[in-house]
Amino acid sequence: MQTATTANPKWWNGGKSPFNVEYGKLMMWYFLMSDAFTFGAFLISYGTIRFSTNGWPDPNVVFQSFPFLGSGLPLMFVSLMTFILIISSVTMVLAVKAGHENNKQKVVTNLVWTIIGGIAFLGCQAWEWTHLHHEGAWWGANPFLNADGSQSSTNFTNYFFTITGFHGFHVFSGVIINIIMLIMTLNDTFEKRGHYLMIEKAGLYWHFVDLVWVFVFTCFYLI
Amino acid sequence: MSNEAVLQAESVLATHHDAHGEHHDHHHQETFISKYVFSMDHKMIAKQFLITGMVWAVIGGLMSVLFRLQLGYPDTSFPWLEDLLGKFWVEKGHITAQGYYALVTTHGTVLVFFVLTAGLSGTFANFLIPLQVGARDMASPFMNMLSYWFFFAASVVMVSSIFVETGPFSGGWTAYPPLSALGDASPGSKTGMDLWLVAMALFVVSSLLGGLNYIATVLNMRTKGMSMTRLPLTIWALFFTAVLGVLSFPVLLSGFILLIFDRNFGTSFYLSDIFLTTTNTALPNEGGSAILFQHLFWFLGHPEVYIILLPAMGMVSEILSVNSRKPIFGYMAMIGSLFAIAILAFLVWAHHMFVTGLNPFLGSIFVLLTLLIAVPSAIKVFNWLTTLWRGNIRFTPAMMFAIGFVSLFISGGLTGIWLGNSALDIHLHDTYFVIAHFHIVMGVASMFGMFAGVYHWYPKMYGRYLNTSLGYIHFWISIVGAYLIFWPMHYEGLAGMPRRYYDYSIWESFKNFGELNRFISTVAMIVFAAQLLFIANFFYSIWKGRKVTTLNPYGSNTLEWTTPINPGHGNWVGEIPEVHRWPYDYGKDGKEYTSQTTPVGADESHH
Repeated sequence: MQTATTANPKWWNGGKSPFNVEYGKLMMWYFLMSDAFTFGAFLISYGTIRFSTNGWPDPNVVFQSFPFLGSGLPLMFVSLMTFILIISSVTMVLAVKAGHENNKQKVVTNLVWTIIGGIAFLGCQAWEWTHLHHEGAWWGANPFLNADGSQSSTNFTNYFFTITGFHGFHVFSGVIINIIMLIMTLNDTFEKRGHYLMIEKAGLYWHFVDLVWVFVFTCFYLI
Repeated sequence: MSNEAVLQAESVLATHHDAHGEHHDHHHQETFISKYVFSMDHKMIAKQFLITGMVWAVIGGLMSVLFRLQLGYPDTSFPWLEDLLGKFWVEKGHITAQGYYALVTTHGTVLVFFVLTAGLSGTFANFLIPLQVGARDMASPFMNMLSYWFFFAASVVMVSSIFVETGPFSGGWTAYPPLSALGDASPGSKTGMDLWLVAMALFVVSSLLGGLNYIATVLNMRTKGMSMTRLPLTIWALFFTAVLGVLSFPVLLSGFILLIFDRNFGTSFYLSDIFLTTTNTALPNEGGSAILFQHLFWFLGHPEVYIILLPAMGMVSEILSVNSRKPIFGYMAMIGSLFAIAILAFLVWAHHMFVTGLNPFLGSIFVLLTLLIAVPSAIKVFNWLTTLWRGNIRFTPAMMFAIGFVSLFISGGLTGIWLGNSALDIHLHDTYFVIAHFHIVMGVASMFGMFAGVYHWYPKMYGRYLNTSLGYIHFWISIVGAYLIFWPMHYEGLAGMPRRYYDYSIWESFKNFGELNRFISTVAMIVFAAQLLFIANFFYSIWKGRKVTTLNPYGSNTLEWTTPINPGHGNWVGEIPEVHRWPYDYGKDGKEYTSQTTPVGADESHH
């Protein structure tokens, strides 16, 4: 990326971007702010309902299964999911960095790893949803008891499936975006443009989705 | 590669296009489809938004005429209406109760979102931002086109809901659950509500795509010398409008998604302990909260008021200054008050919920924050009045509507101070006082801002003028009519007359308002007819209006008047002009006006 070299650039005087970014990245930042409000509204709704309800299931009891290892492993599987997603953020950073260096081969490698990470996360989520569904949990159906043993409201599963589903949808669209980036890289689109700024924007989105997961994870699995 | 490189690559393309000459349509390979339908020219997209908005305004206005017919003449039979509209809407010559509520609901939804959000900021943000900041087009013309087509799709879905067998949604434009969540509760909550939600979701997407574009264009695409404090106030207002939209609509979307789940997938986000008398069943839903929806709705709903109002404020500031031949009074204070309003807009939503059982202590905080809005609003009003003060005023139709806006904003704003008090709200909530307040301050005032904008920038849009005489007739009928319609409603509301009732004549307490209601309905019909006059004027003038012969007919300082009379895609022939001063140098150093493109002279006085 070129950087302005004038002594007194007067960023806000027109004729240039005040943040020295192209419009697409500016839009991405504003879009992420907007999306943060969407998730914020969901999570605050969840909090409101949860704190106005007498009891809530214990996540250590609900989320204690691991494929092939059976149950009795509280939060192990979700920790693996979270780990996968965070690692995919690392490979995304490496892809963006490779883009800055105009290193096509490294961009491709790291994008592929990011896509694999994303798909792996979605696969884990699919397994977890299926498992919970087999236990009788779904929108409008909650087989789990409150931590104190009393009957639980269905809003535990209602919010769990809606919000993790909405997040999963974001991961899914992120994977699609990354696949498009991969195809464009392989077709030398960015080489011809002379810059890999698109990868950076896709990266912003990917990191945002990961960050949201941290909040979703905290609200549903830890608290 | 930096932003400049990206931008310059685009502007080279655009200049190349323009190099062919002023009359852009000579050499282009533009087809009808690419020029008028899937256009990526911000000016054409603005016109698409405007005309779609006008169609919606006629539909929404006609609906208000129909339900005013019911309110004004509850005992009169109109058999011909039944032939015209069918049994769902009119039975035995009377508007049906179901039809009445569908009319009220659709009128509100359509006017608030489709006319005064998309029709107002969609039109003028698209039209004015590139022209006034000095850009070839929006940051992303493609997303801009998508924004219009999402709006169009939303419109199609909303229109189709009117023709559903069970009718369009009829639970009020705020769509409060449980009524909106339960299909069994009311016919309007069946398919009509599903379509309503789909239309609104598409609308949110449209508004997001548009808003991101407006923000990016204002921040990134300003021409050389156009610092933020040299922007016309229209642009500042449209910028804050876009920020409000981008941050508040997503919360509404979240609320709608939860509502969709409640309607279709057996969840209980908003539902708890409900017994339905229509089917005689107790619902299993437990643990939800209907108030939660109100919080999510009004977190958008209140900023939405300013999404509607701010563009009107911005255009009025510009039009008042140009036609008073005086600089706007307190330019920085105007920006500051816009900013204050934008911040406060997010902090006052619960004043719509004072009587929901909200904690009175929390209510008092919202009272304080709500009344604080009076401060920036008063600053704006004083600045408009002082701009007019001793000005050399030209009473063009645009100017008349701008002054009308100020009048309405004062009248409607003052009653806002009443309603902002949680104690007074106990009496006034859900009465005609509220209807009167928000129609004057938000509905009619913003409509006036929109008219002012259309009359003022019409020559730039179509290269012709609107008929001025018709404009004056339109103005006087509208302003007198607006006050005659909504002023009496204050008295009805103070007397306790509730809103959303189907027939007041059967209530002993409200019988005595029968005459007054008839009067209001009659005026409403006359005002509606006057709007048709405007529409006739609008379409007649596109082809037959008096032609614009000079580049800058108003002697205006802003950049849009430095473009050719009929600017092509790319707006300026050759280089985009550089800006050297703020846009309000009227009457400076004895010169009537000094365009923003004029370099500052050596012996010029300091402003």
